[in-house]
Amino acid sequence: MNKVHNNKAWWLVLPVFLLVAFSAIVPMMTVVNYSVQDIFDPSTRIFVGFDWYKQVLQDPRLHDSLLRQFIYSGCVLLIEIPLGIAIALTMPTKGRWASLCLIVMAIPLLIPWNVVGTIWQIFGRADIGLLGWSLNEAGIDYNYASNTMDAWVTVLVMDVWHWTSLVALLCYSGLRAIPDVYYQAARIDRASAWAVFRHIQLPKMKSVLLIAVLLRFMDSFMIYTEPFVLTGGGPGNATTFLSQTLTKMAIGQFDLGPAAAFSLVYFLIILLLSWLFYTAMTHADKNR
Amino acid sequence: MGWMAWTLPTAIFFGAIALILVGMTVWEIRSPCAERRGFLPIATTRGDRLFIGLLGSAYWHLLILGVTDWSIWIASLLSMLWLFAVMRWG
Repeated sequence: MNKVHNNKAWWLVLPVFLLVAFSAIVPMMTVVNYSVQDIFDPSTRIFVGFDWYKQVLQDPRLHDSLLRQFIYSGCVLLIEIPLGIAIALTMPTKGRWASLCLIVMAIPLLIPWNVVGTIWQIFGRADIGLLGWSLNEAGIDYNYASNTMDAWVTVLVMDVWHWTSLVALLCYSGLRAIPDVYYQAARIDRASAWAVFRHIQLPKMKSVLLIAVLLRFMDSFMIYTEPFVLTGGGPGNATTFLSQTLTKMAIGQFDLGPAAAFSLVYFLIILLLSWLFYTAMTHADKNR
Repeated sequence: MGWMAWTLPTAIFFGAIALILVGMTVWEIRSPCAERRGFLPIATTRGDRLFIGLLGSAYWHLLILGVTDWSIWIASLLSMLWLFAVMRWG
């Protein structure tokens, strides 16, 4: 029997397509148009071809920001993903404690980015902040405003504090969806806790982990507000990440052409890495 | 549309992308494709190969603009060859 393909359901995608076109595709086309012109004001523009791309690709500021951004996103993933899994594994599965844990875990996610930056800015200060004061009292010379390493650790710990909950909650939902028969079979086989984790829990969490890795990668790669509020990109340029360099260029210097070219390079990096993550994780299943 | 700051080259670029997407849609309706394995390390559909081809083309341009003084037309030529190779043998 011939299988009938009915593609009429694609029309249902049309509203979403129009919405995305309005909010993303048309603005992005505008950015492409900006990236090939020198824009003095809305009516005075000169076509410059790929000059801005050449300029930003050879700009050492961009290279430094990009390197910092990769190190930062790498550290975020290396810390938050294992920590989120560990927290999810230790969270209670039922009863009042389970609800309480879920609420406590969700609280950091509800705090706006700039407020998180402000909280940590005060928390880390040696004169009025509990963290900064305690560390200095303990004999550790901690000052995130003048020491590069301290600034980096503070920005990273702040991100871990803000976003590990998301990974933990996603993993928790993945763990709760595993049917009990898997654990019963593991008990019959006298599987160790590690074997249960390695062969049951981790494979079953794969789809939620994919979402967690993608979300945390994209968010950390685009981070702006928290480091901007906490360190202002300093000391020097030590915590100036890509989006802050871009904002300085676009709004600070009003270099719309180079900023547009830079945004598109930035977009292509995120697109490639997200696609690689997604493909690696989805195809690992097929190849098994 | 003045606020979008259109130029002729960017209009041609987006027109070409739109035409490719329409063409691929018609091609898919006329002869639906199946996943297959070529020189790329993963099994891909026709749409996957177009995406990989276009993304690779963008990176060819960035590479040549960023590390060489070659003409941009060389990057475009390499991109066309890359896109063809991925669509045909990828």
